Amino acid sequence: MTTEKMTTSPPKRDHAVAAAGTATQAPTSEPVPPASNATAASAPTAARASSARGRHVPAAGTPEAEAIEKARSEMLRDAKPLNRTRIGADALCEALIRQGVDVIFGYPGGVILPLYDVWADYPELRTILVRHEQGAAHAADGYARASGRVGVCLGTSGPGATNLVTGIATAQLDSVPMVAITGNVPGALIGKDAFQEIDISGITLPMTKHNYLVLKADDIPRVIAEAFHIARTGRPGPVHVDITKDALTSETRAEHPTVLDLPGFKPRFEGHPRQINLAAREIEQARRPVILAGHGVLISGATEDLRVFAEKTQIPVAHTLLGVGAMDETHPLAYGYMGMHGWKHVNKAIQSADLLIALGMRFDDRVTGTVSSYAPNARIIHVDIDPSEIGKNVAVDVPIVGDVGSVLRAFIAAVPEVDPESRADYLAQLAAWRVESEATPWHGSGGWKQGILTADYVISRLGELTDHDATLVADVGQHQMWLARYAGFRRPDSHLSSGGLGTMGFGLPAAMGAALGRPDKETWAVVGDGGLQMTVQEMLTVVVDRIPVKIALMDNKKLGMIRQWQEIVYGGNYHSSDLPAPRWDKLAEAYGLPTFKATRPEEVDDAIRAAQAHDGPALAWFEIHETQNVYPMMPAGKGLSDLIEDWGAPADGAEDR
Amino acid sequence: MAAMNDPIAAPEKVAQKQRYIPGSGQVHRHVLVVLVNNQPGVLNRVASLVRSRNFNIESLAVGHTERPDISRMTVTLRGDDFAVEQMAKQLYRIIDVLKVQDLPESGVVEHELALIKVRATESKRGEILRIIELYKGRILDVGPETVIVEHSGTEQEIDSLVALLGGFGIKELVRTGTIALSRGSGAIDVEAILRAGPEPLRTPGPVTAPASQPATTETR
Repeated sequence: MTTEKMTTSPPKRDHAVAAAGTATQAPTSEPVPPASNATAASAPTAARASSARGRHVPAAGTPEAEAIEKARSEMLRDAKPLNRTRIGADALCEALIRQGVDVIFGYPGGVILPLYDVWADYPELRTILVRHEQGAAHAADGYARASGRVGVCLGTSGPGATNLVTGIATAQLDSVPMVAITGNVPGALIGKDAFQEIDISGITLPMTKHNYLVLKADDIPRVIAEAFHIARTGRPGPVHVDITKDALTSETRAEHPTVLDLPGFKPRFEGHPRQINLAAREIEQARRPVILAGHGVLISGATEDLRVFAEKTQIPVAHTLLGVGAMDETHPLAYGYMGMHGWKHVNKAIQSADLLIALGMRFDDRVTGTVSSYAPNARIIHVDIDPSEIGKNVAVDVPIVGDVGSVLRAFIAAVPEVDPESRADYLAQLAAWRVESEATPWHGSGGWKQGILTADYVISRLGELTDHDATLVADVGQHQMWLARYAGFRRPDSHLSSGGLGTMGFGLPAAMGAALGRPDKETWAVVGDGGLQMTVQEMLTVVVDRIPVKIALMDNKKLGMIRQWQEIVYGGNYHSSDLPAPRWDKLAEAYGLPTFKATRPEEVDDAIRAAQAHDGPALAWFEIHETQNVYPMMPAGKGLSDLIEDWGAPADGAEDR
Repeated sequence: MAAMNDPIAAPEKVAQKQRYIPGSGQVHRHVLVVLVNNQPGVLNRVASLVRSRNFNIESLAVGHTERPDISRMTVTLRGDDFAVEQMAKQLYRIIDVLKVQDLPESGVVEHELALIKVRATESKRGEILRIIELYKGRILDVGPETVIVEHSGTEQEIDSLVALLGGFGIKELVRTGTIALSRGSGAIDVEAILRAGPEPLRTPGPVTAPASQPATTETR
């Protein structure tokens, strides 16, 4: 929490205005001028700068160039020699560098080109040219999840911006810090249905933490500073910054701010002491407590605090889909994955609990099932940094607003140490349930023993062969559930998954971002054949930009989760769940990736090892059993006690056709 | 220590309660006061939130306060206490929202303003004027066939005047929606909220050693 360096003076690399009195940082209380004023003020500059490429660079040797150079050198301190006027695009690049940005995922287009025109002057900013803007947004998302830093994606106006929308929504629902930058048509054209104009701020308004429309170059430094602050502070989330073309091309002397004035944004980090004491009493009295660890534990970097707290109080820890990795799964108190496709023993423990300690999770419907029958005898302590999550889905007995890490440390100080002996009966019962649950045939299928390649086997081998230390990025569907259940995660932020929005096509681009965010870790995209086809074009990005992503493709030639629902919920009325796929080896070859294929259990290890051994991105193609289901399963509209748990004999799948 | 009737022994046997679902309780009328930055698009943010969170508002009145940079919205809505509290919390997620207050049912002055254009022929005009006088309304305009009545009062008072005038034929009607202030000296201290900022900007700076350590601390 305190590792950030407070920057009060501009770093050397920036252009900063030396003269006092030219600061243009507008306090938030100052209303943004209407568009007509802004365009009137900057129209001459905009017209000059946008009329032709490079026109903002006066020809060398002319009196105009000399005058500008003189003015610039007087204006700027520690400036790098640009040989041209500092424009909004420069201010944007400087602001990004100040925020520690090292990678930007983007796609060019008409109105964002002024930025591409200056990029060569900022080699600190690595730009990755994705093949579709959705890939850029997911990559920024994956970068942010894996590294904990703010991810940045970029697109042009109109279609570029709307293509980012799916990725922004994914980040919003999973609380991922991200700044999405889009260009917009010049201010004078806003509202005129100009070429590639769409009201993108109106579109992103309900699905971002905050958004901005920047009409003046002078506003860029302040807006970018605020955007990053909002994106990463408190409950993280995406912030969208829409910048008009004339704001990017106008000359600006705006200084980078050293203070922020956001009176309406003051997240509370410390839990209220009275609530902490109430919670401590509940924890002391509970006989059957369960900790529910969510994404907030990882975001807050509180995994160590969680372990200490759980050990001190001897309380088992269940986790949500995004809470995977909150506790090393080999820890004796790590009890497992809860919810719709969670472990039966975990859901049973929750249903019989007398106290739930919810840490940074939001009682999603995939976690609770029917609320009226959820954990009927449990009192609930709910810790979340976002007050609006508390009391939203379930009523709570002890609400605590605060950062999970800080509240956990307060808990640790406030609760007495619990003798493991006093919980012996409870923990023994949970252990027995666990043995029973893991021994049942639907723990995995056991199909591999008969030579059938099943997904759970592939996933567990993948976890084993990557030493449970690689970053494994899921797409969405059956394999996503198998990954969360069978890979065996031991490191925080090693499991990335689109949990809230459930965005198919997330896997490959997010893995691309994750590999750049954590280059020290092996990175695998674990994808299904349906999801991979949604963003398959990013195969070329990983090849061209040499991003070492390995792809584990679970190919059942089906939309597996759709097929499973149609089998179980819709009485076998299959429609659109068969998914003829391309010849993956030929496709990968076309993109420049080697393919290593396994169709039988004994070939799995070789395929994984061969992909690992290849220097660069590679595809491991697993042709898995076509009709394997994820069990147990809580049908929609039912409660946690109503799990369907049946694997049945792994048949040839013919009855499904 | 475990007693014989301990739930540990047989958790399934413990009587099962139905868990309360937030929002399913008894519905009351609430008046929310929302102070926001007077910025373009803030009304859109609030309206969008109300719609996307599935709240049903009865009226919304907006205007700037004694400070031109701060606007005050008064929202009346119906919902159970949980749902209204949830709406207030959701409103706080909007960066431009400075303060949300759920006004208590008593100890509040509530008013709204209505302009009513009533059909008023020569023969009916006297009767209409008597009703207006009774309600302490004002006549703003008299035409050959119509009068425009201004009346301010609580929602119920205006409702009842509208009902009375309805018999003569209402040609047009506009209401501002409720605005409210709490009685007594208690007040929302906007200056205190604004005094809290600004704060120093913390920037992580360029990446030096990216990988060896998870950088989750940066998100705080």
